Amino acid sequence: MEAYINILPRLLPGAVITVQVLLASAALAFVVAFVAGLGRVSKYSIVRKITAVYVELFRGTSLLVQLFWIYFALPAFGIQFSPFLAGVVALGLNYGAYASEVVRGAILAVPSGQTEASIALNMSNWQRMRLIILPQAFRIMLPGFGNISIELLKGTSLVSLITLTDLTYKGLIIQNTNLSYTMPVFVMLLVVYFIIALPLIILAKKLEKNASRGVAKA
Amino acid sequence: MGMTEKQLKSSNKPDKEMPLVQYENVTKKFGDVEVLKGLDLEIKQGEKVALIGPSGSGKTTIIRMLMTLEKPSGGVISLNGEPLWHKKIGDKLVPADEKHLRKLRSDIGMVFQHFNLFPHMTILRNVTEAPIHVLGLSKEEANERAVDMLNKVGLGDKLDAYPEQLSGGQKQRVAIARAVVMHPKVMLFDEVTSALDPELVGEVLQVIRDLAKETDMAMILVTHEMDFARDIADRVVFLHNGQIEEEGHPEDIFETPESERLQGFLSRFLNT
Repeated sequence: MEAYINILPRLLPGAVITVQVLLASAALAFVVAFVAGLGRVSKYSIVRKITAVYVELFRGTSLLVQLFWIYFALPAFGIQFSPFLAGVVALGLNYGAYASEVVRGAILAVPSGQTEASIALNMSNWQRMRLIILPQAFRIMLPGFGNISIELLKGTSLVSLITLTDLTYKGLIIQNTNLSYTMPVFVMLLVVYFIIALPLIILAKKLEKNASRGVAKA
Repeated sequence: MGMTEKQLKSSNKPDKEMPLVQYENVTKKFGDVEVLKGLDLEIKQGEKVALIGPSGSGKTTIIRMLMTLEKPSGGVISLNGEPLWHKKIGDKLVPADEKHLRKLRSDIGMVFQHFNLFPHMTILRNVTEAPIHVLGLSKEEANERAVDMLNKVGLGDKLDAYPEQLSGGQKQRVAIARAVVMHPKVMLFDEVTSALDPELVGEVLQVIRDLAKETDMAMILVTHEMDFARDIADRVVFLHNGQIEEEGHPEDIFETPESERLQGFLSRFLNT
């Protein structure tokens, strides 16, 4: 028991880094999701194609390889990121690609009658999206965003492989320096990750309940 | 007697020669199915025209093409003498761009079978949203116009309610108010009572009747309510298989139908 209590304060700085990576990459993923999600439903086929290539590329390849690319390979092209920034960019682009599918699906889930009514009221394309479609689609998206943010938290552990001292990295250091701590370290890692995830899980459940309010039925 | 009033009004219009809406040899195909086969139809300023016919006869497609929700496969639809789906460049007609469509669309309004109210907005905002953002009215002007219209359709006490709290008949009356505050020159009604419970049909038809009397908006009504069509329309058009089978004054259409198809259609309606 003592071992468990000893470990906790030594894990905390790593937990802080993990939460920072989580928040920063979630913010990036959110922006990317909307840009790419709107791109996927654009009326210009060239925009649809470019965003489709991006989404499939980032969904279809390994996040770990993307991370290595951004951290180890891009410097060869003169682009150098700090470990933190490389982690945030890789996670943001990867999970943003997944989340853009949530955005796209939600936009398409708003019944076509809403689009037709806004055309009949002579709204512009952008007004229709901003005033009518997105406010309804947003409610449909939220549970999906909640789930992806939980996935994203779990994905942050990979940044330990590009020398960022996050929660996982801290745990591995403790375990390496004192092998008798192996069991307590890995138990405490699970516990701390779960504690960070808990608010996200509760939020996602709540959003799921409210998702259908204020959305037109097909 | 309402007729003579209307005729007087329209004869005062300077451009009474030019029809408000004109379909010239308009065709529409969905895949291999030809739902309209060379439609020629004119609607005058302020005229009320009822489109009747069996389902699949193309009547809804006719008004959806005018609302720019459906693109014609061939032919020309004009509004105020200007092609709707085309732009004139010199003598040539080229496909219209969004800017052109928006300009012409401002004269057209539509009420849908399934209301299509905006569920995330209050009743008042449903009616003020387009006047504010599309017409550029101030919030006060838009509110005044909307409240006035909602009072007219008997929903002045529901301003802060949300669509889901209303009955079907009330929703449809809001949808009518929402379209009317945009002051279109022609208003399209697409089977606006078909989705309603029978006991709610009357209140919606009454609102449209009042509207028809009070305004000089042209109206094109796709309907299965024959009494209503007879009551309100200056002209009734019977469609069959994507073509106009017979058209004329409501009395003639309903009392002395000429074509066998129209006779059959009407007898089926009177029997049900």
